[in-house]
Amino acid sequence: MGGYIVGWLLEPLSHDFMVRALLVSSLVAAVCGLLSCFMTLKGWALMGDAVSHAVMPGVVIAYALNLPFALGAFVFGVGSVAVIGFVKQMTRIKEDTVIGLVFTGFFALGLVLVSKIRSNIDLTHILFGNVLGISDSDIQQTVLISAAVLVLLMVFRRDLILFCFDPTHARSIGINTGVLYYLLLSVLSLAAVAGLQTVGIILVVAMLVTPGATAHLLTDRFDRMVWIAVVSAMLSSLVGIYWSYWMDASTAGCIVLTQTGLFLLSFLFAPRHGVLAQQRR
Amino acid sequence: MEAVHAKPGPIERISVRNLSVDYHGIVALHDVSLQVQASSLCGLVGMNGAGKSTLFKALMGFVRPSCGSIVIDGLPLRQARRSQAVAYVPQMESVDWNFPVNVGNVVMMGRYGGMNLLRIPRPRDHRAVRKSLERVDLWSLRDRQIGELSGGQRKRAFLARALAQGASVLLLDEPFAGVDIRTEKLMIQLFEQFRAEGRTLLISTHDFSHVRGFCDQVVLINKTVMAYGDTSEVFTEENLARTFSTIPPHDLALPVEDEVWLGEA
Repeated sequence: MGGYIVGWLLEPLSHDFMVRALLVSSLVAAVCGLLSCFMTLKGWALMGDAVSHAVMPGVVIAYALNLPFALGAFVFGVGSVAVIGFVKQMTRIKEDTVIGLVFTGFFALGLVLVSKIRSNIDLTHILFGNVLGISDSDIQQTVLISAAVLVLLMVFRRDLILFCFDPTHARSIGINTGVLYYLLLSVLSLAAVAGLQTVGIILVVAMLVTPGATAHLLTDRFDRMVWIAVVSAMLSSLVGIYWSYWMDASTAGCIVLTQTGLFLLSFLFAPRHGVLAQQRR
Repeated sequence: MEAVHAKPGPIERISVRNLSVDYHGIVALHDVSLQVQASSLCGLVGMNGAGKSTLFKALMGFVRPSCGSIVIDGLPLRQARRSQAVAYVPQMESVDWNFPVNVGNVVMMGRYGGMNLLRIPRPRDHRAVRKSLERVDLWSLRDRQIGELSGGQRKRAFLARALAQGASVLLLDEPFAGVDIRTEKLMIQLFEQFRAEGRTLLISTHDFSHVRGFCDQVVLINKTVMAYGDTSEVFTEENLARTFSTIPPHDLALPVEDEVWLGEA
């Protein structure tokens, strides 16, 4: 039995692509897991969904021009939110409507570009991720992006926590909340493009939301929330990739489904904020 | 407790001159002038939409006045804000009580404005937080997540944050909403102590008994200052009737060519 499990764990590691996939996806999961704490506390799930879709044309153009895809993602991610803000300010249309129409517009542009620009981009890789076939240059960029996001979030975490918790107070004591808004937004664009390497555009919002939600049910302390989110995200990636290997199922689907499973466990069994604990009260 | 930033010169804590604020052509405040002294509990009374929250926003520098000026502790608003002079105590409904921060974290946030970019607390920040928490009797609960506090304790936690900030002007938005009698008494005691230290509290309230009970001054507003001064002189039936009449006394509409119907208007 023990030997069977060891074999189940070790056999995939004989493939180079599996080792790379496990390493890259763990890194991406850690970064997105950290960011997901801020996203869930700020209530930016819809924003995460919007930005992760809106980066698509940027990624396509960057690939076509042989530029770093992080650059394209950054420009279109931040740009889409600027457009959302502008349309909201200039018209009577409500914010969630504006978000919905802007990000789908950007996404549609991305689809058209993929189909018309001659390149070696595979649409399904962008939509559903391709962590098992990730190239060396993509890995390099993903590592750089991840490092940048980690450093920015850790250095400015106190300001960002305050920004999420009480932006009015932050402003009243002279902190520039506009800068924090764009900082969080930039980090979100970068993390989204890192996340889409592993699970693709359609499911990346899960990476940006689910670990934070899982962790928020399990603790009332921010530092613990971060650890739980990061560990649960990394665990989900590892389990998901193994699972997809042995079942020959969609990698992105397996990763996100594992995350959802962990959330369900936390939803049911979290010691104080879980459903069962609340029932007992 | 830390000394309030009292500049030797001015006795005026808040000095507002001819302040007007409009949002896309809709007048929110019109020609407001106001001088509030140091050591004052000043009530702010007016209907919903009379401009109370706009006045608060203006005093925090959140809205750009179309004309007029604000001076706090003898300093222009931007500098006053840098020197941590103004603290805003939010309405309790606007706070996310599930947020994973404890009482000590929240009070420490009062110190951020004076810290370096990384907001790493120095010994004096820890001392200020401790003193503030002891003042409002919450030191023993400093590790509690904020949602675990009772209603009165929640209020006190946010007052402690303003104390830790060292603010000389406290803006309190409906501080007595949903508060039981015991907490109310305790808060009024604290307010009176703050006044004795030289602080100025601007308290928006709907409850006239509070104004009569402990506010030495009162501002009545309805888009502009309807009356302002010592409560005993100004808080009259007649002034209240004028403040709460639905038709503003002045013609507040802007000239037609300035009207722009855009945005959240």
